[in-house]
Amino acid sequence: MSLVDLFTVAAVSAGAFFFLAGSVGLLRFPDALTRLHALTKADNLGLGLVVLGLLPRVDGVLGGLKLVAIWLLALLASAAVSQLIARVARRTGPRA
Amino acid sequence: MAEFLLAAALFVLAMVALGFVRIMRGPGDADRMMGAQLIGAGGIAVLLLVSAATGTGPIVDVALTLALLAAFASVGFFKSAADAPTDDAETADRP
Repeated sequence: MSLVDLFTVAAVSAGAFFFLAGSVGLLRFPDALTRLHALTKADNLGLGLVVLGLLPRVDGVLGGLKLVAIWLLALLASAAVSQLIARVARRTGPRA
Repeated sequence: MAEFLLAAALFVLAMVALGFVRIMRGPGDADRMMGAQLIGAGGIAVLLLVSAATGTGPIVDVALTLALLAAFASVGFFKSAADAPTDDAETADRP
């Protein structure tokens, strides 16, 4: 197993762990805002680590840039969307 | 290596499936929308992993589209929730 493969295995495994953390947080946390906190941070970190692990395996600079662009778009969208969802959650009140 | 990447994709897919439990239980609309957000982020990761495992480049474009549509879905949710007549009293009708 080459060094590149080891790097991919390490980064993708770490990313999968953060997806696990995000899902557990979404299921276990007590109210809407804490769930939002678990979801929007852990999942985007997991996605970032998966992208980082796949980066050495793409062919060409363009493919790598596309992966990074997808991650940046996901980050930006998540940052905006978490504010909107939090606004709705706050307006409808802390029900469970 | 392809086997590992496919296994990772399967694992992330299982984590996304856990999000459906939150969509089912709610209790609020915002919680359900969070489940949809999870499907968006997890789906992107699954598509990227499958693309790398099978060497199918165009799947990356599907992931890019999913990233865009997941954002639009949540913005649409916010717009509909903002237009809905709520609120601060017990008038908020909610099953």
